[in-house]
Amino acid sequence: MIPNILSILTFLPLIGMVLVLLTPERSKNTIRWGSVLFSLLPLALSIIAWASYDMKQSGFQFVEKAVWFPQINSVYQVGVDGISLPLVVLTCFLTPLAMLMSFTVDKSVRAFFALFFLLETATLGVFVSLDLIVFFMFYELSLVPMYFLISVWGGANRKYASFKFMLYTIAASLGMLLAIQVLGLASKSFDLTYLLSTAGRPFTGNNQVNILFADPSVWKGIAFWTFTLAFALKVPVWPLHTWLPDAHTEAPTGGSMMLAGILLKLGGYGFLRLVIPLFPETAGQYAPILAILAMLSIVLGAFAAWGQNDFKKLVAYSSVNHMGWVALGIAVTASAFATAVDPHATSKLHDIAVFAGADPHAVKDTLTPVLGASGAMFQMITHGLSSAAMFAMVGIVYERAHTRDLTKLGGLWNIMPRYGAVLIFCAMGSLGLPGLAGFASEFLLIRSGWAAFTGLTALSLIGLLVTGIYILKALQKVLHGPLGHEWAHHPLSDMNWTEVIAVAPLMLAMLVLGIAPALVMNLINLGVSKLFG
Amino acid sequence: MSKEFLLTLTWLAPFPPIIAFMLIALFTNKRRSLTTLIAVGGMLLTTLFSFIVFFNVAGDHKLGEAPLRSQFAWLPTGDTTFNVGVAVDPLSALFLFMVPLAATLIFIYSTSYMGNDPRYTRFMAYLSLFAGSMMGLVVSDNLLSLFIFWELMGFCSYSLIGFFYFKPSAYKAAVKAFMTTRVGDMFLIMGMVYLYSQTGTLNFYDTMRNEEVLHHLAVTPAIIPGMTAAALIGLFIFGGTVGKSAQFPLHVWLPDAMEGPTPVSAMIHAATMVSAGIFMALRFFPLYESAAHVGDTTAFTIIGWIGAITALLGALIAVGQYDIKRVLAYSTISQLGFMVAAIGIGGYVAAAFHLLTHAFFKALLFLGSGSVIHGVEHGHHHLHAHGHDDHASSHDSHDVGHGHDDHAADNHGHTEFDPQDMRNMGGLWSRMPITFITFTIGGLALMGAPFITAGFWSKDEILGHAYHGMTHGSPLSTVVFWTLCVAAVLTAFYTARQIFMTFAGEPRSEAAAHATENPAAMTFPLIVLAFFALTVGYMNIPEDFEFAYIKFGAIASGFGIDHWLGHFVGGMLPVAEATLPFNSVPVVFSVCIFLLGGLLGLWFYGLKPLKAGETDPVENLGAIFTALNNRLYFDELYRKLIINRLQRFADHYSNNVDKGFIDVFLHAAYAILSDIAEVFRWFDKNIVTGISNLIGDVFRRVGREGRELQTGQVQNYLLSALIAAVVMMVFFLVFQ
Repeated sequence: MIPNILSILTFLPLIGMVLVLLTPERSKNTIRWGSVLFSLLPLALSIIAWASYDMKQSGFQFVEKAVWFPQINSVYQVGVDGISLPLVVLTCFLTPLAMLMSFTVDKSVRAFFALFFLLETATLGVFVSLDLIVFFMFYELSLVPMYFLISVWGGANRKYASFKFMLYTIAASLGMLLAIQVLGLASKSFDLTYLLSTAGRPFTGNNQVNILFADPSVWKGIAFWTFTLAFALKVPVWPLHTWLPDAHTEAPTGGSMMLAGILLKLGGYGFLRLVIPLFPETAGQYAPILAILAMLSIVLGAFAAWGQNDFKKLVAYSSVNHMGWVALGIAVTASAFATAVDPHATSKLHDIAVFAGADPHAVKDTLTPVLGASGAMFQMITHGLSSAAMFAMVGIVYERAHTRDLTKLGGLWNIMPRYGAVLIFCAMGSLGLPGLAGFASEFLLIRSGWAAFTGLTALSLIGLLVTGIYILKALQKVLHGPLGHEWAHHPLSDMNWTEVIAVAPLMLAMLVLGIAPALVMNLINLGVSKLFG
Repeated sequence: MSKEFLLTLTWLAPFPPIIAFMLIALFTNKRRSLTTLIAVGGMLLTTLFSFIVFFNVAGDHKLGEAPLRSQFAWLPTGDTTFNVGVAVDPLSALFLFMVPLAATLIFIYSTSYMGNDPRYTRFMAYLSLFAGSMMGLVVSDNLLSLFIFWELMGFCSYSLIGFFYFKPSAYKAAVKAFMTTRVGDMFLIMGMVYLYSQTGTLNFYDTMRNEEVLHHLAVTPAIIPGMTAAALIGLFIFGGTVGKSAQFPLHVWLPDAMEGPTPVSAMIHAATMVSAGIFMALRFFPLYESAAHVGDTTAFTIIGWIGAITALLGALIAVGQYDIKRVLAYSTISQLGFMVAAIGIGGYVAAAFHLLTHAFFKALLFLGSGSVIHGVEHGHHHLHAHGHDDHASSHDSHDVGHGHDDHAADNHGHTEFDPQDMRNMGGLWSRMPITFITFTIGGLALMGAPFITAGFWSKDEILGHAYHGMTHGSPLSTVVFWTLCVAAVLTAFYTARQIFMTFAGEPRSEAAAHATENPAAMTFPLIVLAFFALTVGYMNIPEDFEFAYIKFGAIASGFGIDHWLGHFVGGMLPVAEATLPFNSVPVVFSVCIFLLGGLLGLWFYGLKPLKAGETDPVENLGAIFTALNNRLYFDELYRKLIINRLQRFADHYSNNVDKGFIDVFLHAAYAILSDIAEVFRWFDKNIVTGISNLIGDVFRRVGREGRELQTGQVQNYLLSALIAAVVMMVFFLVFQ
């Protein structure tokens, strides 16, 4: 048991950043390998934290508290539970792999890897912080390295993409800042553990904001909607998703892996950590809207992916599709949790609930919110693995062919047998083939969705069907068919060992979690049951 | 042997082939003989485990009530866990006998058939995973793990159908198979989560053998008004069967699936894929029954109709095919229709019985057709030792002397030689005697040759069941009975046509003239399967079966196997299926059907075998033949009505909606806010700067520099964005 493990874990990458900046720019390989090796340290720490997490008690563990900003009642407080710890481990797991996939970056290598470390610290900070001000700071900090990764090392259209990314997310987080201030005003604290306690619940009892409006619930609405908007943008939920295909497509391979693997999860995490626990009734009330948007994300995201002829854009849209399931799980949790909190709560949006066709005879127990939330959590983990792997695979073929145009690729299995086998594996992981990780989460989400929003879940299955189409389309266009003439004259080399080392852990994780999801689900289930059980 | 030991073997049964898959994929993908050893060895091990289990439980008539079960916690769900495990009950025991036996023979056959393929190791790896998945499916004790293996099989079939991935026809067929079955799988998933959210479990015994649960489902109204939950869940789950077992309207993938190498077809059509669909429908039979019990016969009716339509449709189309494998493919569709129809009229045992016998004779027929193709191919190679340019790709397989199956079946119109076209065959009986005899045995079983073949007994059981229903006033049974009779006549006819066209008379091509019999690794499996195609039916002769003064039932009971299957598998049902009194009328029908279809075939093809250049008599049907030959245009219809439209939507969605609509709003908002920012800038420049001018030079310089920093578009825009967002939000909240 290491004291202050979370703080060490969070700020360790900053040391890596300093070390990288101290290395001369010309020793590129030292920077590359040094960064990868150094990033194994946070990974090791995160695994230690995971291993030493006490499964007998739920709630926050490894909590550290320090005076930080007493004037505004903000304290430096960190801790993890079954919701944040898996995401912490995922972050530490993906960082070295994304770095490995960035070895081909040749422009300002030093700055690139330094930003990577900064990104790791920022995202880890978001997941571990238990104070809203600290949370917000890390949240904002995570945007900076990502912006530069896209705008400096990105593809041809990087300026537009990075600008769009920045505008979307900053606009959203400005609202979030407002929401956090309102919460602080209401409960006179930014301490999340206090806000979640009975005494500290904002907008209950005396915890009201009475300035400016006659009706204090207006402030509650403002806080709820700004939070929701910020996280919905991040997930992203249709129709707020259009920044994603641009940003993902233009980002460098390593950046796309982090963006899809980790940064999107900040959205889902925000919903589960803040929105539903802090505003259970309001969230439950508006859950059907989120469910409808989630369904649209799933279905339209899948169709959009199907329509792409740019390999990377196809994978980018697959994130809209997959994260739509996360949004559906969140909507289910919000809806079912609200009825669990207050059995008499009837949705103001009754018509929509009827349209959603909830099965009135489903087993009405506490299982549905738990299954929805744990499905969403697990989907975030499995999508983190599969999307990172898919972006890596796109990067590998782009490095060699210098095109991502699916109409120009084709027949590559003939000359890249190893790449073909790995791509099929990763694509099947993304497709949610049972036996690989994505299936267990989708099963939980469909099961809980069926109980809460039967009709919408059934419609979402159209998206699941189309998922098969776009995955098979990608496989077919890249691997199958006769080899294109171009590649016959410029033979493309098969995956090299660096790339194998970068993707193999992802494949292994997908396989292991597919066969034994309980390895992670035990932890998730613990955290989720405590919050929504 | 102890229960624990048998359960351990059951746990182990699926693993050897799956481990073989991993070993081959990771380590021995460059070593052929080692691969053979691992793949066949793994399969033999599985067979050993399964047979020990099967022969230990086969005599236990109480197994249905007390199956061997074992499970462990797989997924935590709140305070509870989702358990998965294995079970040996009569149905799975039956499959523990059939699946490994057929699969082992297919493996042995493949070592010779695929031996020269450059991707031989990959083939054996996929085949191993395929067999392992089927074993896992068979021993699963719950729908979720069944579904996991079900989908793994889907992946294997996708990979194997598209094994010649450089050939467009092959990968298109692979995608088609995967996607068509996936349509069914979506329904299956709905059925699964519906069942789960109703009962809180997916275990077969906690649901399908639990009277209380069945009753609850039968009395709960479904989300679709007018149906019971039991019927709707049952139908959703049956949707999976429609996809996997290639029932109308999702039957279109199966004929194309023969783009894969022939052993794959044998695997798909007999031991694995399509059997899995029926297997699952049988597992959920109590659900349909419980719904029917409270008067909701929707499920049974739909299933019965789909089965009958499929049986007839498949048989009809099979008549109009020239490709030796395509005939068999439609024949499979038709035979699966027989089984589904049997389920629809409540014939649980009959469906299971036909599934079992069909697996043997259809594996035999496919392997036999592979043997024929292989032989004709060799004849062709013999002729054109150097001129064989089999596919367009600049692929390294040129230098290897393989090539069978590489020929696209859609070569119609090409002058290229098609070794699968029956018009290029003929006269093979003397050139490939073992193949001829075994294929004929398989064909006779498919035709239902009375008393001597297994196919007769199982088909007769279905017809007998339908006849019983018909005489007891069930309109569905009437439909099923007459449709199946017509389909059975057609079956006998097209099978006879196939046998005569392939083997009788004189060769119609040089390749056929030079065809030779295949090595023992290929003929041995044929002989074994032929044995089972003849005998496996004897395990279910009703005690009182008597025909033409021969007391078949009494003879069978002399061996102690009378109605064994009925007693054994019948134990699966919570309420035992009533044993039907023997009735000789359906038997007469069965015999007449065989004679009628067979004689028609003999008349047109046997007495005067087709000569080279002669027109096939069925072409005289004109437009009907064209329609049948074009598979009744299902593919074209689906493409035009559904697939093309969806594709168009997908192709244009992101440009029209994301870029053309959502982003237009975004850009417009950006433009407006930029204008607002311009106002700020003007304010900044004229007013602020003006004031600062008044204050003095120092401040002016500071002000100018500050402006340089602060009037960048981003900040101004963001400020205005924030203001706009707040205004809109307040507006929304105040006026909602």
